[in-house]
Amino acid sequence: MSLLTTLARLEAVRSGRAEPLATVRHRHLSDRPMVVVPLTAAGEAGAPLAVLLGTDRDAPRLHLVPQPLNRTLRFDYLAELAADLLPYLEFFGADVEQIEGSEKDPETGEKTQVFRELCADAPQLIVPNSAGVHHLALIGRSTRFRRTVEDDEPGPYPAPVRVPLLGRWLTHLTDRAQVPGSSLLLPMTGLLARHWATGQSHLEDQHLAARLAWHFPPDGLAGAEAAERAESTRDERGQLLHPPAGPATDPRFDEVVLGPAIARYDAATSALAHSTEQRDDSGAARAREAVREAIEQLRGVLTAVLLPTWHDVWRGIDLLRTLPPAGHLEERWTGDRWSYTGHRDRLAAGEPPQPRQDDAVTAARKLAQREREQARLDVQEALDDPLAMAEHRLAGEAFAGVVTEVVPDYDTTGRSPKPRPLVTLRTDDRPHADLGREAHRVHGPSTQKAEIVAVDPAEGSITLRILSGMGRKKEPEPGSLPEPGELVTFTLFELTVRQSAPLPEPDDTPWTHGGPPGAAPGPVPSTSAFDEWE
Amino acid sequence: MNVSTNAPSRGHSEPLSQRLAELRGPAPQRSLNARSLAALAANPGCHRRAVLDAAGVDKSALASRLGRPAPFGQSPFAIARGVIFESRLKADDYAALLEPLRRHLGLPADGGAPLVVPDLLRRSGSAVRADRTAEALAAAAADPDAWTLLDHPLLRLDVAGSTAYLEPDAVVVHGGRCTVVEIKSFPVLDGSADPAKVGAAARQAAVYVLALQHAAAARAGEALAPDPYTEQRLTGSPRLSVLLVCPKDFSNRPTAVAVDVRRELATTRRQLSRMTGIGRLLDALPPGTGFDLAVDEDGGPARSADELATAVEAVPAAYSPDCLSTCELGFHCRAQARCGDRVEQLGRGVRGELGSIRTVTEALAAATATGSGTDEAAERLAYAAALRAEALGAAVR
Ligand code: SF4
Repeated sequence: MSLLTTLARLEAVRSGRAEPLATVRHRHLSDRPMVVVPLTAAGEAGAPLAVLLGTDRDAPRLHLVPQPLNRTLRFDYLAELAADLLPYLEFFGADVEQIEGSEKDPETGEKTQVFRELCADAPQLIVPNSAGVHHLALIGRSTRFRRTVEDDEPGPYPAPVRVPLLGRWLTHLTDRAQVPGSSLLLPMTGLLARHWATGQSHLEDQHLAARLAWHFPPDGLAGAEAAERAESTRDERGQLLHPPAGPATDPRFDEVVLGPAIARYDAATSALAHSTEQRDDSGAARAREAVREAIEQLRGVLTAVLLPTWHDVWRGIDLLRTLPPAGHLEERWTGDRWSYTGHRDRLAAGEPPQPRQDDAVTAARKLAQREREQARLDVQEALDDPLAMAEHRLAGEAFAGVVTEVVPDYDTTGRSPKPRPLVTLRTDDRPHADLGREAHRVHGPSTQKAEIVAVDPAEGSITLRILSGMGRKKEPEPGSLPEPGELVTFTLFELTVRQSAPLPEPDDTPWTHGGPPGAAPGPVPSTSAFDEWE
Repeated sequence: MNVSTNAPSRGHSEPLSQRLAELRGPAPQRSLNARSLAALAANPGCHRRAVLDAAGVDKSALASRLGRPAPFGQSPFAIARGVIFESRLKADDYAALLEPLRRHLGLPADGGAPLVVPDLLRRSGSAVRADRTAEALAAAAADPDAWTLLDHPLLRLDVAGSTAYLEPDAVVVHGGRCTVVEIKSFPVLDGSADPAKVGAAARQAAVYVLALQHAAAARAGEALAPDPYTEQRLTGSPRLSVLLVCPKDFSNRPTAVAVDVRRELATTRRQLSRMTGIGRLLDALPPGTGFDLAVDEDGGPARSADELATAVEAVPAAYSPDCLSTCELGFHCRAQARCGDRVEQLGRGVRGELGSIRTVTEALAAATATGSGTDEAAERLAYAAALRAEALGAAVR
């Protein structure tokens, strides 16, 4: 955490309200995001209990597992989830644009022009918190290797056909979520944390309702009190008035509400089994009715416990929409579109599911990609947002000030003299500006490099020699230099990060396009590639 | 404050355990277990927690009396799942449990040396069980060829003058050495488990290892080896790697992972030796301090919530937001930190950033101060505040 963030938190403690950490929105927000609020059953990793999802805040859809220990019911749930989510995920694959690029022939080394499809838009999933992302990753991991009835050897517990496909999509989205600045799958707490500071710790900020309490404190309460209410107020049955955002449920809910409702379902199903066995038709009809009622009750209690979080996520989206989009969002979203398109193509090419563990080459490449994206994100955010640039100024990696003097000067060592003017500015910033160090002008008319030639900390002045971005003539192009009185910013780091766009990252390249070497087309998954169920 | 008539005398000649018992009052002692001992290591700097734990005060009940109950609880589903997994492991003469142990400990396959599983009198009282465990352990360690599985043994550990009883899931003894086995229901997925959960399990297992080390040293009539990182090779000494037995991937089949607990062991030993020095903390308490949670004959509490709060306040705390997930008093201490305007409410790291600044008010004053102060942290804050104001367009310098 930087001192600027700490300062914003301190201010939030005093004001009792969330305080801004950004002046623009740094993450892409889809016009039609899919909000997903999952719950897990306690005690078993990745065991789903229920989910509320949809793209319409007024019409969430609920799916649930009436008995989480029953694996058949779990498959039914996953099949429902696949049927609900896959159409949304696949929808964006249809509308494409053609992007021109060049590709090197692996044998001759010759570059040839190629056209590549890029999906015009991509899906966006929003979950309440990072634990929600982790839960989706577990579901992805637990389903993408499942055998289905369509396999040659379906095994004793074949999954519904579309379930492994859902697993592969979830794996892709959760993997992509680890790339800094990506927006295919986002946790709401993380989104809010990027843009606002609260007067509590990061740990407490993981609780979505408590976090939002600092944005919308009710009844004139201060944020801290409102957050504590959201965390701990309980009704006379010991139930939290604002259930946690999951995916873990409150133990008291499990004990007092969920447990009995599941027990009632269990009783009804075993009564049904019994009367069916006894060929007692009227008993079976009654039992069927009881099963239906038990499921209705479960739907009721799970909806009630999920709805507050559902609304919270949408309130968070509203908050984020109040911020103007950052300048580089479009560019980063294009990266997400490539990622989406690449996965679409890999599925179409019939590639096997993502491996359990990346091989060394893929792992190294992913790590390098994440580091590169982090660097690019840092630079882009600084360019898009003065508050982000302030972080670099505080760290001594950038400085801003008013130009006091511009003195023409020339480099006459070559055949024709080149302009090398001196620009002096007054600044209160204290950059690590060693003489001779390279500096880069922010928001100039073109990229402009300079060299620090004089620093006077007592006067607060820095003089730079401008080295580029002035045209090819002896005199600088008009408008290419800052003028006295102008406010300018320079950074001590480069403002362009080498990027592979517009063509996709290697790991987003399907094998049909000579994809990554580590992921050469493997054999169709053998039986041992599947998980054992019991 | 209202000093109760039976306030303990401050005579330092009293044994520690008696002084701690007086602090607790007549309420039943909340005995320390491996979990609470391990949790001590989570916030080593906190005197408040050390005193309350040493005195065996029920912190959960105390938190409720103070008006901010602990948010902890375990779902019945999670408990059921744990029980089911463990009973599956122990079915058919421990068949499923022995499978991964064989691989890790070189336990011979069926037909080799038979496995001895002594009866540890699980239905008896703690003292009887602990004696029985000690006997069984000595016998097992004395026969280097035998393979012995102690199922839920009960170990003793002296902590600050009182006895804690600790119950590992299992201890395997062979070749004169023993190995702690902990059964956990979190999975090992594709070869790795949640590091936070493994860490918690390792801290807990380290407490068992320590108890076994003490037992072995006592049997041999020797002192505990001073360096926690070297293995003391006495008869019956525990190995410094423990085995966690967890479900593999999404199945119910077990897999075992060896976890080196030397670091956790060192922390726990340091913590516990501090607990022994708790007398000094007690000396600093004002007379009449007590945490009596008992109820009088007429149903009224022995001490009012205010009195309890004052008593708690008398012991210095070291709050950080981590407390919310590791200590029952988390919400109470947070409210106090907020009331006291302390910067710790924002996190442990914040204190480092703010140097000698301790309160939010001080920090914000430094941020808006003009002119150069002498304090480096204050100066940086003022610089940050100016940058922030400029960026937000509120005030351009
Ligand atoms: S919550 Fe309070 S008593 Fe518990 S460890 Fe933290 S500061 Fe100490």
